[in-house]
Amino acid sequence: MSNRKLHSITALFDTPDSIMHAAEAVRDAGYQKFDVNTPYPLHGMDDAMGLKPTLLPFTTLFFGLTGLAIAVGFQWYTSGDSIGAISGTTLGLPYWLERYPLVIGGKPLFSLPAFVPVMFELTVLLAALGTVACLIAIFCKLPANGHPLHDSRYMEATSCDRFGLCIEASDPLFDEAKVKAFLEKLGGKDIELIYEAPKLQISPVSTMGFVTVLAVIAIGASGKTWFIYNIMLYQAPWTWMDIQPKAKPQAEMAYLPSGLAMLPPVPGTVARNFMPYAYSSQPEKAGEMLSNPYPKTSESLAKGKTLYNIHCSVCHGYQASGDGRLKGQFPNPPSLHSEKSKNWNDGQFFHVITEGQNVMSGYAKHISVEDRWHIVNYIRALQRALDAKETDLQ
Amino acid sequence: MSLDFSKPIPLFEGKVSLSQLDDAIAAPMEKPDNTRFLMAMGVCSILLAIGGASLFQLLRYGTGSWGLNSPVFWGWAIVNFVFWVGIGHAGTLISAILFLMRQKWRNSIARFAEAMTIFAVITALTFPLLHTGRPWLAHYLLPYPNERAMWVNFRSPLLWDVFAVSTYFTVSLVFWYVGLIPDFATMRDRTKHKIKKFVYSLFSLGWRHSNRHWQHYERTYLILAGLATPLVLSVHSIVSFDFAVSLIPGWHTTIFPPYFVAGAIFSGFAMVVTVLVVVRVVYKLEHIITLDTLERMNKVIMATGLMVGYAYGMEFFIAWYSGVEAEQYVFLNRAFGPYAWAYWIMITCNVVIPQLFWFRQVRRSVGLMFVISIFVNIGMWFERFVITVTSLHRDFLPSSWGYYSPTIWDVGLYIGSFGVFFTGVVLFARFMPVIAMAELKAVAPGAQPTHHHGGHHE
Repeated sequence: MSNRKLHSITALFDTPDSIMHAAEAVRDAGYQKFDVNTPYPLHGMDDAMGLKPTLLPFTTLFFGLTGLAIAVGFQWYTSGDSIGAISGTTLGLPYWLERYPLVIGGKPLFSLPAFVPVMFELTVLLAALGTVACLIAIFCKLPANGHPLHDSRYMEATSCDRFGLCIEASDPLFDEAKVKAFLEKLGGKDIELIYEAPKLQISPVSTMGFVTVLAVIAIGASGKTWFIYNIMLYQAPWTWMDIQPKAKPQAEMAYLPSGLAMLPPVPGTVARNFMPYAYSSQPEKAGEMLSNPYPKTSESLAKGKTLYNIHCSVCHGYQASGDGRLKGQFPNPPSLHSEKSKNWNDGQFFHVITEGQNVMSGYAKHISVEDRWHIVNYIRALQRALDAKETDLQ
Repeated sequence: MSLDFSKPIPLFEGKVSLSQLDDAIAAPMEKPDNTRFLMAMGVCSILLAIGGASLFQLLRYGTGSWGLNSPVFWGWAIVNFVFWVGIGHAGTLISAILFLMRQKWRNSIARFAEAMTIFAVITALTFPLLHTGRPWLAHYLLPYPNERAMWVNFRSPLLWDVFAVSTYFTVSLVFWYVGLIPDFATMRDRTKHKIKKFVYSLFSLGWRHSNRHWQHYERTYLILAGLATPLVLSVHSIVSFDFAVSLIPGWHTTIFPPYFVAGAIFSGFAMVVTVLVVVRVVYKLEHIITLDTLERMNKVIMATGLMVGYAYGMEFFIAWYSGVEAEQYVFLNRAFGPYAWAYWIMITCNVVIPQLFWFRQVRRSVGLMFVISIFVNIGMWFERFVITVTSLHRDFLPSSWGYYSPTIWDVGLYIGSFGVFFTGVVLFARFMPVIAMAELKAVAPGAQPTHHHGGHHE
């Protein structure tokens, strides 16, 4: 014992009143490094020890405001209009930084009232976690299982029902004999000398046993996780909900007339925007009777361009000159800039889109009546583009 | 009957010293009754096995194995979620709100109620996760940078719920742990067992009961109580938004947040009474968790029961007063339609039966309060059932009306949820101090100095 450094001298008291009195006396004697250990907080002890008020509430304020700021900023950023749309450029943002503007119920993208719940929750969450983390790590400097006071008779008594006072050897006024006499004079009992814990030769973390335990846990846990996610979850009867007591459209179902789970529409059913075509196999009549109800406005041309590029450009090419991307795999379609095509009227184009011609199949099922007319308008614009009149230049 | 209201009701029965309090609380951990413990765990395992089988069925076949079908797609899973979250509210109420109100009688029951909060919220959280249909994709609920370049919808009450419930769980857990630190230290210094000592040392973080620490610790506890108070009120409000923000008649009601919070406290207190009545007898803690404390709990149950009853009445009044036909129909349909049986079970259990607590003899009868508290929780379960199912099964479009009934798998999962909850409670009661030792000792007779220094400290 004698070669170990003294840490502190402790004394025990039996009643709350006597420890309060003792704490005041130690404070008044000018000691700085002393502590009172009580099984529960005693009212008024902070003043008796001369402690300054705790600064802890400021950490709560700081973390709470941080949580609030994160919530506002995060919701503003992720719900906002995409950066490209705002700046008018195509910024190469990484996909995970893309914003996700969702219009819900006609509310603005930054709709503060709807953001309040998350703002509140994050404020509380960060404030609570931050306060407790600061309490443990900064204000109490825990964990401190290696503190010399542990495993002493003093600690055992103060964590149950007695009240202890301890004066540390690092105090400038400390003198072993004087402190002992002082504590005895105050009525302290069971005076105990606490020595610094012996310095460990090797850290317990680096002992073979501990490392082995860690290794076993690590290998065991990762092995179990690997097994569950890569083997177990793919074993029968686990089917990832693939087997369900319900019918999928293409599944067989013998007792239905179609033989399939999905039912064909009732004969004579007409889908919206897909009225039956009156001039089937009569291209000339279609040319005579049909007239384009849509003027060549810029909206119509823009729609027509989109649809043409999707449906027609594959074979006819972007410029309608018969040089589509499937060139060589199918018989090439003729250029739409021929004299014949130029002399066609809108109704004839409409007929060909609807019913097809030669190897081209009809698009009646894919493109609505309105959209077909927009495509016709766009074809007209393409023809005009390669055959501009002098007046177009003015 | 002669009651003297001028004197405060004593917190303990008989004279107890500080070390006797420690001994009484630590006894179940130091001299455990392993037979009873194993029996309790056996019952819990049976419940868990039933839940596990239902879970397997669910994960294999999907939510189609529940009774969900058009028009009722929110069934028992949602009912159970709201039920368990509600039960969790008592713990935070007792530990935070009653702490701020300086109700010292809370100290003997706060720890247990907080533990019940933790387990109830864990139980509750499983239901919405399973209800998503593919629980292995549940992380989609959280806003994290992802390969889909998508973010969650911050304007949806369901997303608010994710934040509210997870925050509530985290803060409750931290609050509970902060309260446990000094008690772990006390247990560390009591035990001679090497492994126990290691575990208690680990969790006590080397707490020394130092006043330089108590100073910050007490302030932290106060701050946490201050944070948890609005939190507990917000959580069930936000749960009620799941319903109230929609346009379904019977759900679209402004009274929902306060009504849900009152109901949550009502059911939570009832659950605490149900469990504590058993625990105090089994652990011989009758002199600490006194009859006076239980009587106060029963008063809270009655008060919140009256609030809930008021809300039931007010819903009918507003339905009539609003003049909205669909709204009026929904409420008449609740009371007299195909689900009238559920409605009247709810009224009987929640409004009629708690009226017995007007009588002092009933409030102080352990047997009767046990039975009534169970009835309250039956009633509160049916309240959530009535709100969820009766509003959905007949909405605006009579051609899509239907009648919802659960399947055996719904029932199995519900039984399993009790297994999860009670497993937690039983393990907690076996391995941790069920009463906050430090807090309790601080309010014991003669525990505080007789003279006050420098102003009012309370």
